[in-house]
Amino acid sequence: MSASPAYSEEKGGSSSLGEPEYGHDPASGGIFSSDYKRHDDLKEMLDSNKDSLKLEAMKRIVAMIARGKNASDLFPAVVKNVACKNIEVKKLVYVYLVRYAEEQQDLALLSISTFQRGLKDPNQLIRASALRVLSSIRVPIIVPIMMLAIKEAASDMSPYVRKTAAHAIPKLYSLDSDQKDQLIEVIEKLLADKTTLVAGSVVMAFEEVCPERIDLIHKNYRKLCNLLIDVEEWGQVVIINMLTRYARTQFLSPNQNESLLEENPEKAFYGSDEEDSKDDKPDAASLVKRKPYVMDPDHRLLLRNTKPLLQSRNAAVVMAVAQLYFHLAPKAEVGVIAKALVRLLRSHSEVQWVVLQNVATMSIKRRGMFEPYLKSFYIRSTDPTQIKILKLEVLTNLANETNISTILREFQTYIRSMDKDFVAATIQAIGRCATNIGKVRDTCLNGLVQLLSNRDELVVAESVVVIKKLLQMQPSQHSEIIKHMAKLTDNIQVPMARASILWLIGEYCEHVPKIAPDVLRKMAKSFTSEEDIVKLQVINLAAKLYLTNSKQSKLLTQYVLNLAKYDQNYDIRDRARFIRQLIVPTEKSGALNKYAKKLFLAQKPAPILESSFKDRDHFQLGSLSHLLNAKAVGYQELPDWPDEAPDPSVRNVEVPEWTKCTSREKRKEKVEKPFYSDSEGESGPTESADSEPESVSESESESGSSSSESGSDSGSRGEESGDQSEEEKKKKKKKKGKEGPRKACLESAGSDPSEEEEEQGKKGKKKKPQHEGKGGSETSWEEGSISESSSSESDSGSEAEESQSEPESKRRTTPPSSKPAPKASRKGTKEISLLDLDDFTPAPPQPASSPAIVSTSLVTDLEGLTLTDASLTPTMLSPVFSTMKTYELLHRMAGEGLSVEYYFNRQPFPPDPHMVAVQIQFSNNTESEVKNLRVSEPKLVSGMRIQEFQEIESLAPGDTANVIMGIDFCDSTQAANFQLCTHSRQFYVSIQPPVGELMAPVFMSENEFKKEQGKLTGMSEITEKLTLPDKCQSDHTIVQRVTAAANVSRVPCGADNEYRFAAKTVTSGSLVLITLEWKEGARAHLTVNSEKMVIGTMLVQDVSQALAQ
Amino acid sequence: MIHSLFLINCSGDIFLEKHWKSVVSQSVCDYFFEAQEKAADVENVPPVISTPHHYLISIYREKIFFVSVIQTEVPPLFVIEFLHRVADTFQDYFGECSETAIKDNVVIVYELLEEMLDNGFPLATESNILKELIKPPTILRSVVNSITGSSNMGETLPTGQLSNIPWRRAVVKYTNNEAYFDVIEEIDAIIDKSGSTVFAEIQGVIDSCIKLSGMPDLSLSFMNPRLLDDVSFHPCIRFKRWESERVLSFIPPDGNFRLISYRVSSQNLVAIPVYVKHIISFKENSSSGRFDVTIGPKQNMGKTVEGVIVTVHMPKAVLNMNLTSTQGSYTFDPVLKVLTWDIGKITPQKLPNLKGIVNLQSGAPKPEENPSLNVQFKIQQLAISGLKVNRLDMFGEKYKPFKGVKYITKAGKFQVRT
Repeated sequence: MSASPAYSEEKGGSSSLGEPEYGHDPASGGIFSSDYKRHDDLKEMLDSNKDSLKLEAMKRIVAMIARGKNASDLFPAVVKNVACKNIEVKKLVYVYLVRYAEEQQDLALLSISTFQRGLKDPNQLIRASALRVLSSIRVPIIVPIMMLAIKEAASDMSPYVRKTAAHAIPKLYSLDSDQKDQLIEVIEKLLADKTTLVAGSVVMAFEEVCPERIDLIHKNYRKLCNLLIDVEEWGQVVIINMLTRYARTQFLSPNQNESLLEENPEKAFYGSDEEDSKDDKPDAASLVKRKPYVMDPDHRLLLRNTKPLLQSRNAAVVMAVAQLYFHLAPKAEVGVIAKALVRLLRSHSEVQWVVLQNVATMSIKRRGMFEPYLKSFYIRSTDPTQIKILKLEVLTNLANETNISTILREFQTYIRSMDKDFVAATIQAIGRCATNIGKVRDTCLNGLVQLLSNRDELVVAESVVVIKKLLQMQPSQHSEIIKHMAKLTDNIQVPMARASILWLIGEYCEHVPKIAPDVLRKMAKSFTSEEDIVKLQVINLAAKLYLTNSKQSKLLTQYVLNLAKYDQNYDIRDRARFIRQLIVPTEKSGALNKYAKKLFLAQKPAPILESSFKDRDHFQLGSLSHLLNAKAVGYQELPDWPDEAPDPSVRNVEVPEWTKCTSREKRKEKVEKPFYSDSEGESGPTESADSEPESVSESESESGSSSSESGSDSGSRGEESGDQSEEEKKKKKKKKGKEGPRKACLESAGSDPSEEEEEQGKKGKKKKPQHEGKGGSETSWEEGSISESSSSESDSGSEAEESQSEPESKRRTTPPSSKPAPKASRKGTKEISLLDLDDFTPAPPQPASSPAIVSTSLVTDLEGLTLTDASLTPTMLSPVFSTMKTYELLHRMAGEGLSVEYYFNRQPFPPDPHMVAVQIQFSNNTESEVKNLRVSEPKLVSGMRIQEFQEIESLAPGDTANVIMGIDFCDSTQAANFQLCTHSRQFYVSIQPPVGELMAPVFMSENEFKKEQGKLTGMSEITEKLTLPDKCQSDHTIVQRVTAAANVSRVPCGADNEYRFAAKTVTSGSLVLITLEWKEGARAHLTVNSEKMVIGTMLVQDVSQALAQ
Repeated sequence: MIHSLFLINCSGDIFLEKHWKSVVSQSVCDYFFEAQEKAADVENVPPVISTPHHYLISIYREKIFFVSVIQTEVPPLFVIEFLHRVADTFQDYFGECSETAIKDNVVIVYELLEEMLDNGFPLATESNILKELIKPPTILRSVVNSITGSSNMGETLPTGQLSNIPWRRAVVKYTNNEAYFDVIEEIDAIIDKSGSTVFAEIQGVIDSCIKLSGMPDLSLSFMNPRLLDDVSFHPCIRFKRWESERVLSFIPPDGNFRLISYRVSSQNLVAIPVYVKHIISFKENSSSGRFDVTIGPKQNMGKTVEGVIVTVHMPKAVLNMNLTSTQGSYTFDPVLKVLTWDIGKITPQKLPNLKGIVNLQSGAPKPEENPSLNVQFKIQQLAISGLKVNRLDMFGEKYKPFKGVKYITKAGKFQVRT
């Protein structure tokens, strides 16, 4: 093997096929011919015509391989069967081939053509398995063939073949690392793949071949984040680990403001829980004020999309997410991982072992995180010792002043355990607690002294060692203990303990002047039979006593030194010689003698008892290197946070400027594009999977060729469909035969009208045509016209029209030019949502005055198309228009002539469906031009995001301009604060949404409404009684007022005196259902059902207020 | 990633090896044997061992060591989890994951390992896909095979691998459509000397056996989902739906699988269904001691506590025990020093008691430690946390399935300190 890459280097790795260099390979020749006889029967069976005999022979051969016996001499006989028809024989031949090809390279070449044929097979599974075996044969000579095969497979239509190609990349790389550049090209291509099947494998290849090429990830970052939840478990682990590294290079530290605290772990160490939490809250707040840190939305995306995986059944996935949070999340958010990690402690003991090691490291840095789970680390007598010791480590790390008494009580039970190694570890743990928490030092010391009378020598010895360390901290107060220990020398036999006692006595001989010489006397007697380590301490003790109390100990010392002089161990002889020279004054030894006392009895610093897990966190947690506390081969260093964030725009996947785009072609492009940049991965863990299988199996049955196409389609669909797909699925089951048209919408713009008509005929419901309208609109949205709308929408629609006059008159400042804008957009959306397919009359020309806004809504609808093509139920509706209330953002006076107003235009915000669109109108009332109007420095509550509007370059005096910006309020009514900048000034402004604007209308049928309402009872239901004023007792006004107060759509209702409305919150997509029941007279019941209770409560207030006016 | 795998039995024989990359010599296992010797106890063999050229990651299951050879950095849990998955698959295929079962089915084992990893990276680990590729052996099939010479390999190509719900086989057909759920809860507890609870929590799982034709889409709802504090899911469960509605919605794999496992946190008070009274003492300067244990039911919600077994690891100095039990039988293993008392069902009228004399080695000092009692028990038809399945709905298929839920509570790691 080692020779072969070098060989291909010389040859340029290309035209070396079939050359005889390998002929002299000893393995291939007849060297095993002596074995031939043994396997003669097998060879015969392999040569026979019967598959059953062949199979039998292969089974025996494989059994030989499994047992590790050599079967290489059968190679020629086996290889012949590579093209065997019987699948099992074939598979076993593959097994054999992969095992021995490396040893019999030229014979292996005979099989290559079979695989090459297989690579062209129409069946994707055969193509895949051919590539798999071909790439597993480690024969350097076929490198060019493999390269070619991989390249071809990488653009195969079948995602499964592409996955196999990704698997083949590291194989080829390990065979010939010169191919790296070409392989990187393939990896780059596969990274762009949109299917979940490929993602895990290609990232694995990336990690093995070119982990340093982080730049390849930029463009795929968001996609990977969004796909993550649907990737198979093993792929998830690899992707998460890779993204952790990526994020460390691309984003800023979310804890930069707290870094001061972190640098000072001692301080944090003694801090109790409260202190920790204090750090978190007010500190963070004040620091944010000082130095605003805004988390990159991509950083947030990663954190958000990985979080659900904490609930994976696979411990490796959970650990991967945990380390990602530990390394990347803001301090306040890391806590979520503790629960999941504690859960893993119930798993197999190997898993426990690994998890505990990681918990031990984490608990040093973030103690507060695991404190609530303290008891989960309590030790059972049945735990294996290695687990016990790790748990002990964690308990010790978690100890603080508040919980130390519980922990010590727990330790007390442990000391009586049968497992002596564990008892020893417990004693050390007590010692550590005592050093770390001053309050309990005396208690611990007393406890340890009591242990000195334990019957088990090991326990006593360990206690002595720990006491020695503790005493070193404050020796003067503890001469009693030292005396007690001196007595122990008679009994304790463990050398380490004896040595420790002797050292203590020597070190503090001034505190125990009477006992020390006596101890020395005893030790001198037994000197010859002591262990080396004890002997050395005896010499030390003698020397120290000689210096402090030479009268009593001079002779003893000399006696000991003489004994040592003739010791077997040269260390001891050396030490004796050295000490004699140093302490006994002679003529020769001059200068040093004076300093002997200083040398021996210098103040020695107390040892620090600390965890062996300290500072392990510079290794990526969960990695092998972390576990071994040493760099493993191929370990990728976890980089430090950058000081300055690199350009975040590298991750953008070409977002066209949607505000300006008008031409139809461009718009079409956009339809495809935005879903990675904005879908925010709201898709649940398996939703996308639901919608996918059908399409895959469908295409499967049609032909193998279309599968890749639909595979990628469904991948994207899964993402897009997001929240809706789950309801959709229920729907799907009810409605049979709906897939056809759906697919038509998806794949071909020229969808088959007859099919759709038929569909429509079947379903009288208006949701249906509306949906299809969207589908069909890809071709026909321009021609679409306002056709008669179906009953329920006509209500709201017409009301919208009627109420329209009202707001417009209110809007004094709105210049005439802008008026058509919302109207036009309204038309546009209505056309689409209510489009009747039978009616393909050309649309009236669009008002030309406001292209920007029109296009916005159109793009929106086109996007809605991709959004809804996979979904049927609660379709997001284009909003119902009613009163548009304007709010002032900047008054004319405050703004020095610039006045700014905003209103919620209730349009979906196309670049990001989770944002609320806010239309902002600038009017310049000054004498001069206002330039460079833009947003800067948003100060947002965590999770909130702003999509800024395009900078307005200049605004002429007296002119007005309209822009739209998107804000993700995270379903809260907290204000979004930001600065509005002009070329000369900055204004602090804030937009606070009324609760009714945080939602978007959805359409649902009466039944669905009831069903959803049934689910949202109890806490999620808020009811209020109210009295309707006289003027508000017509259907019309009620509907108008409710829709004015909140962005909801009306749901048809059988009962006369009942009104229903439905909407979804914009960010999380939770349903909000409003029911107004009109009792006799003016009394009415208002009910709001929503999972978001806060929103529900506020909405009840707002709506009842609106009705009461 | 995973380079090679060696299966080693307790007596140190390597009885199976499989390499996914170049061959690694068996001698690498010597490092493992060394560590095993040092650890003395099988449980204490470190799962990760570093050798000069390789890293060995091992698990211990059913008296077999699965030792994998790693060459480069890889998350250790990744390997450990995978090895356990391998052992689970063997269990699933052969009914047990023992040395004999593996040796008897060595070809199937080899084929399985071949499919599960490609170049050391997991490829197909879902049991439904694997069963499509390689049929599990049954007695009938092996008879048929030996006569007709047909094979265990699936004839059809495994389409499951291509789908996005890899956990479900493509064409499933049953004449009796049934879906069973077992809610199994285990109580982990540490009870201290005085009988008060030091720590208790409930670990639950829902194991399912689902035999439904076609592509059913199930949703399982609970009366009190908020009880579930921390849940981990089978990949088939739609996370979003759980987050928003607390309903388990999924397209199930075919056959037996674990749907969720959950924890009811220690914050909630856990009702401990039994109490234990115990006196275990050793007399100073005499080679005997006293042993008296009584066990009784409490708060068992009207259900009987059955299958009660108490195991005690006695101190090393104990030679023998002379005990009498009012119910059940006891055995004492003088080598391992383990006392096992199999009680069976507890009737509150007459509490089971075991008492007598403990004989110690003469001359040995009185043991310092008191052994702890490990208690096992079972309560049928009760989920101790109070979790209740509300209903199971099926969408997507027309037939009416037969549905059933079974509850059971067991002792998990239930330990009484003395």
